[in-house]
Amino acid sequence: MAQQIIFFVLAAIIAIFSILAVTAKQIIRSATYLLFVLLATAGLYLLLGYNYLFAVQIAVYAGGVMVLFIFAILLTNRPGENVKTELPVRRVAAGLTALAGLAFCGHIIYWNIKRVGDLVAQSDITPQQLGHSMLGTDKYQYLLPFETISILLLACIVGAIMIARKR
Amino acid sequence: MDLLNNILSGSIPMEAYLGVSLIMFFAGVYGFLSRRSMLMILISIELMLNAADINFVVFNRYLFPGHLEGFYFALFTIAIAACETAVAIAIIINIYRNLTSVEVGNLDQMKE
Repeated sequence: MAQQIIFFVLAAIIAIFSILAVTAKQIIRSATYLLFVLLATAGLYLLLGYNYLFAVQIAVYAGGVMVLFIFAILLTNRPGENVKTELPVRRVAAGLTALAGLAFCGHIIYWNIKRVGDLVAQSDITPQQLGHSMLGTDKYQYLLPFETISILLLACIVGAIMIARKR
Repeated sequence: MDLLNNILSGSIPMEAYLGVSLIMFFAGVYGFLSRRSMLMILISIELMLNAADINFVVFNRYLFPGHLEGFYFALFTIAIAACETAVAIAIIINIYRNLTSVEVGNLDQMKE
C-alpha cells in the first residue's frame, strides 16, 4: 500500500508540474517546475528499483542541466519579464495537437496493454554487475556505446567552447 | 474503474507508469508548439526526453526483468540529453549576443 501512495504522489507531482512548466508566465518559474518534474522522475526510478539511475538522474539532470538552464535564463532574460507565447490561434492549435496525441496514445495504452507484464521481483543490481556489463564486449555488454558517449562528450565540450567564446 | 481496482490492489500496473510519461510527453509537445522563447522550447524538449526515459525503464523492468537493455538505453539517453543541452545553450547565448533576443521569430540569420 505504501508503494501505491508514493506512486500516486509522484505521478501527481509529475502531471501537475509538467503542465505548469509549459504554461508558466515567467521563464525562471518554468525552469523551477521542470526541476520538480525531474526530481519526481528520479523518485519513479527509485520506486522501480533502479538505484543507479536515480543517482544519475539527480546528478546529471537535476544538478548539471538545471544549473545550465538557470545560468542561461539569467544571462538572456531581463528579470520580471514575461515570456512571449505564440498567437492565440497557434496556441489553440498546439493544445488541440497535444490533446489529440494524448487521446490517441492513451487509447492505445488502455486497450492494448492489459497487464502484459506483472511486476516480478528482481534482485538489486550490484555495482559489480553494473561495471562488468558496462565495460565488457560480450553480448549484453556495452563497452562500445560507453566509449561513443565519451567521444560525444568531448566533441560537445569542444563545440560549446568554440560556439560560446568571445570573438 | 477496473484499472483503479487493479492499481489499489497488488502491484502498480504498467499502464499507470505509461500514463504518467504520456502526460509529460504531451505537455512537452504543447510547450514546444506554443512558446516563442528558445529556452522554453529547450525545456519542452527536456520534458519529452524525460518521458521517453521513463518508458524505456518501465518496459525493461516489467517485460524483461533481469536484463539491462532499457536501463542502459535510459542511462545513455540522459548523457546525450546533457550534451545536447550544453551545446544548445551555447548556441542560444551566442544568438543573444548577436541579436539581443532569443525568440524564434527574430531568428532569421545565424551569421552576419
